[in-house]
Amino acid sequence: MAYSDKVLDHYNNPRNVGSFDKSAGNVGTGMVGAPECGDVMKLQIKVDDASGIIEDAKFKTFGCGSAIASSSLATEWLKGKTVDEALQIKNTDIVNELALPPVKIHCSVLAEDAIKAAISDYRKKQASRAPAAVVLETAEQTVA
Amino acid sequence: MKPPIYLDNHATTRMDPRVLDAMLPYFTEHFGNAASRNHAFGWEAEKAVDTARKQIADLIGCTPREIIFTSGATESDNLAIKGVAEMYAEKGNHIITAATEHKAVLDTCKKLEKHGYRVTYLPVQGDGLIDLDMLRESITDKTILVTIMYANNEIGVIQPVAEIGKICRERGVLFHTDGVQAIGKVPVDVNKDNIDIMSITGHKLYGPKGVGALYVRRKNPRVQITAQMDGGGHERGMRSGTLNVPGIVGLGEACAIAQRELPEEMKRMAYLRDRLKDKLEAGLDEVYINGSMEHRLPQNLNMSFLYVEGESLLMGINDVAVSSGSACTSATLEPSYVLKALGLGDDLAHSSIRFGIGRFNTVEEIDYVADKLVDVVRKLRDLSPLYEMAKEGIDLSKVEWVHD
Repeated sequence: MAYSDKVLDHYNNPRNVGSFDKSAGNVGTGMVGAPECGDVMKLQIKVDDASGIIEDAKFKTFGCGSAIASSSLATEWLKGKTVDEALQIKNTDIVNELALPPVKIHCSVLAEDAIKAAISDYRKKQASRAPAAVVLETAEQTVA
Repeated sequence: MKPPIYLDNHATTRMDPRVLDAMLPYFTEHFGNAASRNHAFGWEAEKAVDTARKQIADLIGCTPREIIFTSGATESDNLAIKGVAEMYAEKGNHIITAATEHKAVLDTCKKLEKHGYRVTYLPVQGDGLIDLDMLRESITDKTILVTIMYANNEIGVIQPVAEIGKICRERGVLFHTDGVQAIGKVPVDVNKDNIDIMSITGHKLYGPKGVGALYVRRKNPRVQITAQMDGGGHERGMRSGTLNVPGIVGLGEACAIAQRELPEEMKRMAYLRDRLKDKLEAGLDEVYINGSMEHRLPQNLNMSFLYVEGESLLMGINDVAVSSGSACTSATLEPSYVLKALGLGDDLAHSSIRFGIGRFNTVEEIDYVADKLVDVVRKLRDLSPLYEMAKEGIDLSKVEWVHD
């Protein structure tokens, strides 16, 4: 399969690779996909609590070049957006930007799912931190 | 050394220049039809075909009259299986094959199932070999044919062909083997191996594409097959159609070269393959070899690079031609059914690469590929959430994954 130049660029120079401490209160982690499907994406956002702006984003992806490019691009787009703005990112935006062929659309869907999962994780943490007394999360951390 | 480097010799091989030289005159000055019995043009073509028939027969230990020319292995497999099924329909309607066969065999068997035949698909063991006891138990008084490949096209695993043939002979069942990956690569002898029918193709042994052959035993037992194409009654009535004389000359020459050079070439292939394997194993942790190393073509290596997806791996070594068992690289978007038949999880199948080493590969190329792969796998593992989790001690098989 021929890849677009943008996919190749993200594959060869992936942006924002890495991990944040997933237990940090201002970090949201989304992990979507499954190894048997050939795609697993982990996407993390670090949010500035005062402004609600995503100050940093990181990813790690097991998957084809298009999956790597979709998640790499997503981290670029997330930075500087508010959480609400980030929720507006659609998989079709990723498809268009990377010129993904029809068989690779699921990669972009996975990236959108990863963004939503990371934001949902962040918001859950915010909600549980809301009460004055900080409740320590004791529940076993599941990969979500 | 000049990339791209070709390490996909199970898909096809580069034609040996000596083969091309042998073929060229038969396109132009010796263009006759081998079936023209009444002039020199025909005689010349027929003589060339006879020479090729002998060269092929010599390589596999049969007589020239037992070679039927076809267009390639897919046709040979179809002709063998459908031809036997039709010819022996009164004797029985049961065929035995294996889960790891090539699609040319599996889909032919599936077609016969639609016409009332019964097919047993033997599973394979973790090393890719069939269980001989299971084969024995599967044979019934309705069984007319066992079709098991000589060597597998993905994992290079060599089946215990001689024993399979012996069992078939004891039970009065015909034995067909798809020999395309083995012929010219390892010694194949239809008598020692107790083979009744065998598919052969040109382009896997440095010969041309579009030409193949079917070995059909004439004595002990005399095998009969029903032609699957009607026409001029060429090839003793088993395969009509004007013979592809240049192609046949090429197939013959390829067999003659293989026979002369086989012992040396096997050593060289095994050396290159083992060098590749050793370098990859030295440079990387968590790599797994798929299929038996003991019963294997010296040209083949099939490895899974855990926590890295095959297509992204191929992208990183885009000046190296190999294949992956990953779903993303297959037309069906399913991971390799051969690897799954070994009991591999989809995750390992997605992470697999097939290396097919050939006559024209060099030590320098092998070293380049090994070094490059080690680099790319390391890079992709730095990118892999699975590798990170595994390093943290998380058991990936226990994780509840979120997916549709």
